Amino acid sequence: MADRSFLAEMRRNPSLVIGFVLSSLFIVGAVISFIWTPFSVEDVDIANKLRQPDAEHWFGTDHFGRDIFSMILVGARISIAVALIAVGVGMVIGVPLGLAAAANRGSLLDEIIMRGNDLIFAFPSLVIAILITAVFSPTATNAIIAIGIFNIPVFARLSRGAALSLSSREFLLAARVAGKGPVRNSIEHILPNMTNLLIVQGTIQFSLGILAEAGLSYVGLGAQPPTPSWGRMLAESQTMFSFAPHLALFPGLAIILTVLGLNLLGDGLRDFFDPRIRRARQ
Amino acid sequence: MNLLEIKDFSLEIGNTTILNGVNLKLREGQLHGLIGESGSGKSLTSLSVMQLLPSGSETSGSIRFDGREITALGESEMCDLRGNEIGMIFQEPMTALNPLMSIGDQVAETIRIHTPMSPAEAQAKAAKVLARVGLPQDKFPMSRFPHELSGGQRQRVGIAMAVALRPRILIADEPTTALDVATQAQILDLLKQLVEEEGMALLLITHDLAVVADLADEVSIMRHGEVVESGDALPLFTNMQHAYTKQLFSASTHVPTRKSVKPSEDGRLLEVAGLVRAYPKARTSLFSKREVFRAVNGVSFEIHQGENVGLVGESGCGKSTLARAILGLDRVQGGTIRLKDAEISAEKKIGHSQRRAMQVVFQDPYGSFNPRHRVSRLVAEPLHVLPDAPIGKERERLVADTLEEVGLRAEDTEKYIHEFSGGQRQRIAIARALIIRPSLIILDEAVSALDVSIRAQILDLLADLSDRLTLSYLFISHDLSVVRAVTDRVLVMQQGVIVEQGNTEELFSAPEHPYTRQLISAAPDLNLAVERRQHSELRRN
Repeated sequence: MADRSFLAEMRRNPSLVIGFVLSSLFIVGAVISFIWTPFSVEDVDIANKLRQPDAEHWFGTDHFGRDIFSMILVGARISIAVALIAVGVGMVIGVPLGLAAAANRGSLLDEIIMRGNDLIFAFPSLVIAILITAVFSPTATNAIIAIGIFNIPVFARLSRGAALSLSSREFLLAARVAGKGPVRNSIEHILPNMTNLLIVQGTIQFSLGILAEAGLSYVGLGAQPPTPSWGRMLAESQTMFSFAPHLALFPGLAIILTVLGLNLLGDGLRDFFDPRIRRARQ
Repeated sequence: MNLLEIKDFSLEIGNTTILNGVNLKLREGQLHGLIGESGSGKSLTSLSVMQLLPSGSETSGSIRFDGREITALGESEMCDLRGNEIGMIFQEPMTALNPLMSIGDQVAETIRIHTPMSPAEAQAKAAKVLARVGLPQDKFPMSRFPHELSGGQRQRVGIAMAVALRPRILIADEPTTALDVATQAQILDLLKQLVEEEGMALLLITHDLAVVADLADEVSIMRHGEVVESGDALPLFTNMQHAYTKQLFSASTHVPTRKSVKPSEDGRLLEVAGLVRAYPKARTSLFSKREVFRAVNGVSFEIHQGENVGLVGESGCGKSTLARAILGLDRVQGGTIRLKDAEISAEKKIGHSQRRAMQVVFQDPYGSFNPRHRVSRLVAEPLHVLPDAPIGKERERLVADTLEEVGLRAEDTEKYIHEFSGGQRQRIAIARALIIRPSLIILDEAVSALDVSIRAQILDLLADLSDRLTLSYLFISHDLSVVRAVTDRVLVMQQGVIVEQGNTEELFSAPEHPYTRQLISAAPDLNLAVERRQHSELRRN
């Protein structure tokens, strides 16, 4: 896709622009945090604790005197990594399962896959996540696994439904008449035609993953200190909320804006990738 | 006195000219046929009369209803006119009705919007109107819902809603296009009756000349947003002035020239014997046995090498189900299908040698292609069944040649499917079927979605290909005139059973089975209709 058409599309599609700007803001922040942060997030500086935002500490400091702006940057890294990998796990496992179920509709395999999905859906997700992280020690990796498991049925159901509705389309019948088998048809015809669904669902799951990661760290089961995380920053700020509201404000804003940005981006990308919607707007 | 007068009316939507100086007159008690192909602006003309134009529309010129200028009226005044003075019937009877409302309530609602009747009075009136359109209460209680009715019955409800308040103008936009021939004839009769008995004016919009040839008092032909010819029906049909009218007329009655083939007895290509395709029906109660619906019930026939066979019947008679079974897409519950002396069944893997002998072209020129692939890839799709499929430059060459064979250009290979019109897409579908040189192509309503002039071109192409390549077709259609034009032999199917089969000309001129007779007599025929009218005109003088 030429850059020029991408830029032209940007002008027509405001939600893509806003979503792109918001999401890239945090992604760039997360990347920058690997090489540079204004202050070290592990240095305790009690003399400067609970400072209001000013020119030196843009977002102020927390009760240990750590720079909140730096912590947000590093926290973005954790949130994005956990959510992204969890969505990836869900997609890589869920989509092939869904496609396999659709290709063998009504078979025993279909039943096993879909009832297994129902089983996972039936458990309250946060409780299971807490269980997993509590049993296998609370680390970022276990948070990824816990969130990832709950992404599998989402993608399996989505891709099964999309594949079933696509399989009655005439171009798939024509492909079958041309002698192509179910695996080949799934990869060649069904998968490319559901990318926009996967992108939209992927960004929604991505934002839900960020929320889930924040929730897990909020109860202390995500990344462990001293690694900063948005959820734990919120948790720690709540006792000091009455006199230092900026402690809660910035991580809260970071979560909201990332989730909002990702949702807008997903919406905009769906329009962008679909040649029919693009043509209709031209 | 002109009840409706459209004068120099032009319409622009977002800088695209849709209508360009349209002139149209509609007199009381008159049936006016408005004919045009898709995109000619005929539907937007009717929406202009109703003032139901999409946002961003810019209009000029005048539309007068009973001397009042409609274009100057406000929305609330228009609401009084719509339904009350001008009724409208839509093409798709399922989507034009609210699926959650009983038919009686829907008709009564229309009545109550415009008149101060009590609910009970409105219900009584609705019952009368429904009986008037052929849905008497004892057979079709008003508590029925749209899904409990057939397509033709739904269209009757749509008509009842439109005529409930005895509007002075009725606009019917392709009212029979979604219906079967037999139902179409009944609905057209009903409309004609309403015009005669209630003295309404009817503007009948259609793409099919044959539909209006029997009925219309006046006819207007539209093309590219302009009325190219207009006048009394019979003089217009017998003495066409505009080149486009002539073209439309000849396309509607087009018969492609074909070499007649004498199929050899031993050259059997496809043999279907005792084929059964059954579906289990939904359980009527929890413990009852599931009943079986036989969509195809013991069908047997043969197709010989180079022979074109037609398969006709109403929608739901099992035509397409039969096609899917032959293609090996569905499992069958009985009988055998043999293609070139090898059995086809969906349970077993169908060998590549069999796959390359048979291809398909579907009805929908939009749904038949993966929208994300380029034409080169779409057309080349079946190539992989060839053991020695060409690759690289040779493959490109083959795709380009095949495209040229179906009347497209070799440069088209780099385009995506949405860059083509419906007729071009159908050519691409034929190219895809043709590229592996099959012996049999199943054409499942392959020309039904096309405009008449495009349809004539595609039929020519099909006839030419079958002559040159000794190709056999199984031509599935509900359109008898098309089947008659392109096939050697016809199978007539009713409720899953082939009730009659035989040589096309013999069968059409001397049908034996009552169902075949019914189908043939209901099918609109342009030439016959014009002849009939000439006769009655002569008699009157």
